Amino acid sequence: MTKDAIVGRYPRSPEVLLSLLHDLQKANRENYLTPEDLARAASHVGLTPTEVRDAVTFYSMFSLRPRGRHIVRVCESPNCHLAGAWSALAELRRALGVDVGETTADGLFTLELTSCLGACAVAPVMMVDDEVVGNLTPERVRETLDRYREAK
Amino acid sequence: MTRVQVLLCSGTACQSSGSAKVKRALTEALAGHDLLSEVQIVETGCMGPCELGPVLLVYPEGTFYVRVKPEDAAEIVAEHFLKGRPVGRLLWTEGAPEPTEIPFFARQRKIVLANCGTIDPEKIEEYVAVRGYEALGKAVTEMAPAEVIAQVKRSGLRGRGGAGFPTGTKWELVAAAAGDPKYVVCNADEGDPGAFMDRAILEGDPHAILEGMAIAAYAVGASRGYVYIRAEYPLAVQRLETALAQARKLGVLGSGIFESGFSFDIELRIGAGAFVCGEETALIASIEGRRGEPRPRPPYPATSGLWGKPTLINNVETYANVRHILLHGPDAFAAVGTEKSKGTKVFALAGKIRNTGLVEVPMGITLRELLFDIGGGVPAGREFKAVQIGGPSGGCLPASLLDVPVDYDSLTQHGAIMGSGGVIVLDDAACMVNMARFFLEFTADESCGKCVPCRVGTQMMLRILDRIVAGEGTDDDLARLAEIGDMMKKASLCGLGQTAANPVLSTLRYFADEYHAHIRDRSCPAGVCPNLVRYVVLPDACRSCDACRRACPTGAAQGTPRAGPYRIVDELCIRCGACFDVCPFEAVRKEPREAQ
Repeated sequence: MTKDAIVGRYPRSPEVLLSLLHDLQKANRENYLTPEDLARAASHVGLTPTEVRDAVTFYSMFSLRPRGRHIVRVCESPNCHLAGAWSALAELRRALGVDVGETTADGLFTLELTSCLGACAVAPVMMVDDEVVGNLTPERVRETLDRYREAK
Repeated sequence: MTRVQVLLCSGTACQSSGSAKVKRALTEALAGHDLLSEVQIVETGCMGPCELGPVLLVYPEGTFYVRVKPEDAAEIVAEHFLKGRPVGRLLWTEGAPEPTEIPFFARQRKIVLANCGTIDPEKIEEYVAVRGYEALGKAVTEMAPAEVIAQVKRSGLRGRGGAGFPTGTKWELVAAAAGDPKYVVCNADEGDPGAFMDRAILEGDPHAILEGMAIAAYAVGASRGYVYIRAEYPLAVQRLETALAQARKLGVLGSGIFESGFSFDIELRIGAGAFVCGEETALIASIEGRRGEPRPRPPYPATSGLWGKPTLINNVETYANVRHILLHGPDAFAAVGTEKSKGTKVFALAGKIRNTGLVEVPMGITLRELLFDIGGGVPAGREFKAVQIGGPSGGCLPASLLDVPVDYDSLTQHGAIMGSGGVIVLDDAACMVNMARFFLEFTADESCGKCVPCRVGTQMMLRILDRIVAGEGTDDDLARLAEIGDMMKKASLCGLGQTAANPVLSTLRYFADEYHAHIRDRSCPAGVCPNLVRYVVLPDACRSCDACRRACPTGAAQGTPRAGPYRIVDELCIRCGACFDVCPFEAVRKEPREAQ
């Protein structure tokens, strides 16, 4: 879908800003909001680009820098911590060769942390895009990454 | 008409454990035996015992299968569905009792969760079949708005989001407030670590929330509603969208509902990863398209909320209770619970407890009943140490308080809070200081930075706790923690800052000896704090099986299979404990070490 078509689905009101930004961000292969996106969103909902930027920088799920095709988010909440999220995270760092906040050289993955994903019964948990992956072991981490690599 | 019904849980936890693959395998096996017309598979919301997933419940007998793998499908179909012999090895408990006889279910009282796990949340017909939207119909055709409010007041329902404000009183305030239009908002920004009850209701019974909101809108005189839901819950978003479309099509949302003069519609608003947006004024700012920062109250949203108009904000579980009050009457609702806490509460059990998952219990049962009779207690070989209840705004209660009743006022009195209902059980392997630091790190990170007491206070406390867990604390640190915590409680702008110190203050109150051990002895009694512990391999116990080396993410565990004891290189070790957890011979040990 073109950016114009995305924007066109929303009424011209500031209350749709977050949803619109989510959609614009997803439409970019690199999972971020470009300056043009901010300007486009601003003029559509009737805010200034600065106001939009002000809002964007508040929310952790929006990025103003290019990211990977897939966002890997590891839950860092207490239940996952108790269940060993730390070793899952260490495995992700190793397998991806990047630290938290960085993107792999092939542009496929960005590694991030997240607060509770609400799937504590299968902790430790991570999300890859919209998929929840629980009961993480180093092996399950590797399998999941392989699955996304193959699907590219 | 089908002979057998298979209720397959497809909540987030069971999906993550592979419920979709189980469904495919079951369908294939059924097709192989030509049973597709006789056996119906229904995908439901969360059934509760999430750790045992994927779970499925087979009717008419009520056989409860746990940890079902796709490979098991052929046997279930051939043995159970064809020959009527339940597959013993997949049963939760021996003898295939009805779920009502399994202790985990027997002690629960499901009102809010009644439909979760029994109906297909993506089919409005199934909701209607269990008296769905009947309460709304009754309200708009037979009752005046004031009567609806009177019934909710009489029921004694209090807000399930944490603070426990009387719901009927809140509705009355919005109804009486001057201003037009009025709005109804559902706070589905569940963000407390360890809380997943709202997620389960959103995924398992979305129509109950929409119906509750519509009844509320009729009562307060609103024509427009919003569900503000976090983006981390994509399955819940999708099921809500489906539910909204179906409700509009059926005419229970939209204009002239039940051919009355009442019109109401609901839109979704998706968050973007900010914990503070669960605070009502921050949530309003976020819906309006701004930074989700809280503002001082009063004015409360009831008089000045969205775009300055009167706005009713309740949480997911609160709305899900509403239809039951109208269907069965406020007195029946109030018959469950204690004098000041009526009805039931849904809790998310997690941490070191046998039956992790979702449970609903009458208010007023004791922590012991909740955690041991229903939750099954801590797994064998470990001892109960504390329960963290109420998330980052809550507190840690020790074993000596296990007989405290679970209601709003008793929990607050002992330094915890009901909160949204997240319960994290800690065993004797947990370090309470480390745990308190963990929660504080969370609130420090999520503090929006608008007010000084919260922004600076959380950072100051975190710095002190960092010193303590590193073995560098001093005796006056404890008094300073208490002082800053007290200041934050009094001076912070919103609930986040006002309660952020609770995990620290409650552990100081009940586990002071652990703080002293870190400060005076420079040791972590539980062997958790990285700077105060190291991992060693006991050469006599090690069978050089290589498990630790394979589990170690940093290459600190070293050795060659079958070639003598392994070793752990301390300089490379990040103290994640993977080797300790994985060793089948208990050859890896944690040892206290001097602070470095």
